Amino acid sequence: MTKRNFLLLMILMVVACALPFLVSNYRTFQFTLVLVYAIALLGLNVLTGYNGQISLGHGAFYAIGAYTAAILMDKLGAPYWATLPAAGAVCLVAGFLFGLPALRLEGLYLALATFALGVSMPQLLKYHHLEAWTGGVQGIVIAKPEPPAVLINAGLPLNADQWLYFFALAVTILMFALGWNLMRGRIGRALIAIRDQHIAAEVMGINNALYKSLAFGVSAMYTGIAGALGAIAVQYVAPDSFNIFLSIVFLVGIVVGGLASISGALYGALFIQFVPNIADDISKAAPWAIFGAIMIAFVYLMPTGVAGAIRILCAKRRSP
Amino acid sequence: MKRALVPLAAVLAAALVSPALAQKKYDPGASDTEIRIGNTNPYSGPASAYGTIAKSIAAYFKMVNDQGGIGGRKVNFISYDDSYSPPKTVEMVRKLVEQDNVLFVFQTLGTPSNTAIHKYMNMKKVPQMHVATGATKWNDPKNFPWTMGWQPNYQSEARAYAQHILKTKPDAKIGVLFQNDDYGKDYLKGFKDGLGDKAKAMIVAEVSYEVTDPTVDSQIVQLQASGANVFFNITTPKFAAQAIRKAYDIGWKPVQYLNNVSNSVGSVLTPAGLEKSVGIITSAYLKDATDRRWANDAAIARWREFMKKYYPDGDQADVFNVYGYTVAATLREVLTKCGDNLTRENVMKQAASMKGFRVETMLPGIAITTGSDDFAPIESVQLERFNGKQWELFGEVISSN
Repeated sequence: MTKRNFLLLMILMVVACALPFLVSNYRTFQFTLVLVYAIALLGLNVLTGYNGQISLGHGAFYAIGAYTAAILMDKLGAPYWATLPAAGAVCLVAGFLFGLPALRLEGLYLALATFALGVSMPQLLKYHHLEAWTGGVQGIVIAKPEPPAVLINAGLPLNADQWLYFFALAVTILMFALGWNLMRGRIGRALIAIRDQHIAAEVMGINNALYKSLAFGVSAMYTGIAGALGAIAVQYVAPDSFNIFLSIVFLVGIVVGGLASISGALYGALFIQFVPNIADDISKAAPWAIFGAIMIAFVYLMPTGVAGAIRILCAKRRSP
Repeated sequence: MKRALVPLAAVLAAALVSPALAQKKYDPGASDTEIRIGNTNPYSGPASAYGTIAKSIAAYFKMVNDQGGIGGRKVNFISYDDSYSPPKTVEMVRKLVEQDNVLFVFQTLGTPSNTAIHKYMNMKKVPQMHVATGATKWNDPKNFPWTMGWQPNYQSEARAYAQHILKTKPDAKIGVLFQNDDYGKDYLKGFKDGLGDKAKAMIVAEVSYEVTDPTVDSQIVQLQASGANVFFNITTPKFAAQAIRKAYDIGWKPVQYLNNVSNSVGSVLTPAGLEKSVGIITSAYLKDATDRRWANDAAIARWREFMKKYYPDGDQADVFNVYGYTVAATLREVLTKCGDNLTRENVMKQAASMKGFRVETMLPGIAITTGSDDFAPIESVQLERFNGKQWELFGEVISSN
């Protein structure tokens, strides 16, 4: 990391920490969701951006994470922070298992298989033998986490929204640091090699099957943790929250943000959180048409995503 | 010298103004000139057919504003799209409450969406007024004093059928088909409550189906085999049509009761076959504009006038537009009763003290009565029977109270 990048990161940190004190609680809640989406997009990016496997079903892993958190909190009385590792573990296993048969599928066929997963998830969640746990169509309402008493006593009067934001921020930083380490190391190089030329990668001694399944597992883990965090922020899970559209929005997020880019996840998250609202403000009659137009403008003007465009801009400035 | 007079003038002015101020009480979202109301509706997504409800409500308040507003205050109806997705509802409702500073939210649509904001609204003490869902849980003033329903809830509708069966066929053997979710179970509970002690003896078969099932054919065969001579059909439109058709085709001829959710002639009875639907009993509480009975009705004529002027794109054959008009008129009455005391508490209080209020687009004999322990505005329905062409009202208005 160069000195300049480090400085930029520090500035970003300061802005992120100051944010909840500058904006309303509602905006703070929206930024919490941005962080949640950023984690999910980072997960999808590991799979699609770095490893080249297209998933149209990541909303399903997001749902599994959310339900794991909700069931643990509602039925077993687990504290909210403890649900994140649990959701991550459940999704890691689920993702790895789903990744094994998916190994035989390439490109579009894998996209279809994951699409099937995403499209069936809301119905599986309504399945009546699971109803005692999932609450059926009614879903589960969960309590909002309060800021810990230690902080209040120490004279830091955070409200529940601000506390949740900082909690999400801490998780996001941790997950991004992990992701960054993972992707620039041996594993990251192996994933990229498989994406670019899997036969050559095999020749170099990379275990394609293992790495591809692993990418699936890690990717699902990230998305699951995001799902759990999202459930805690929204305080409610229901099957209708996790329809196929969510999966597609995730894919939109990573493409707009920038494939195979760590920072791209953050730009993508900002995009999928705020652009639909802007579109709705512009036109009530056809918000998704406006959304579509904005999306086309983005991919046309920045074919490598926001992250790629910024990289090109910086490179141009340095070499006039 | 002039400056010295300023504080004096200020004191005088305050003395003059304050008695008037004491009578006017406002919470966020209300002022001398405006009443701000929030709403979420699925304009896009799987339930976007309901989007027209909020559009007709917006049109209604446009008309109210053109007529001078309510007590001189313009109604500002802010509505956002939530695509029928609960997390989106939470986000949009928080925006309405915390950013747009609405006085309350009104007609938020959908059982899951309203469940998602139920706790939040009650914690914030912001009214969740006249929600657009028929679940029974909205009538719970003790635990959720800031939430109120509007339409007859599923349980009270089912009780009306139960009463009718007890009166007309006390020795009935009843078969029930229900959708296995909240909605189906809500109906079933109301039905059993209505039958009382006799429920166990009278209901000879209870069969359920999943929304994901392709057909309900085998369930209908099962019900016929049970020997039931009364059939209570608790299904959503697609399954309702299948059930009616199958029962007819296999020669099962019970007295059929069909829940109000599926009483559309166009999307249920026509695909099932109109001749196969003769004799089915259902219930209604609004005037359906397509019904020839109301062709010369003054209320429906006024409604058509309204649609033409304020919502020309709206479909006049869509009963949802009558619904939106009627529920908006109910809110207008609540706000008129609030007068200059536009606090959230008073809005709830006035909404909970309606005595026999009627909107002319409701069926004759149906009225809204609420109380501090009764947050269910419309609790009566009238039964109607299908004659092969259209629904025909019969009997008295049945109240579940």
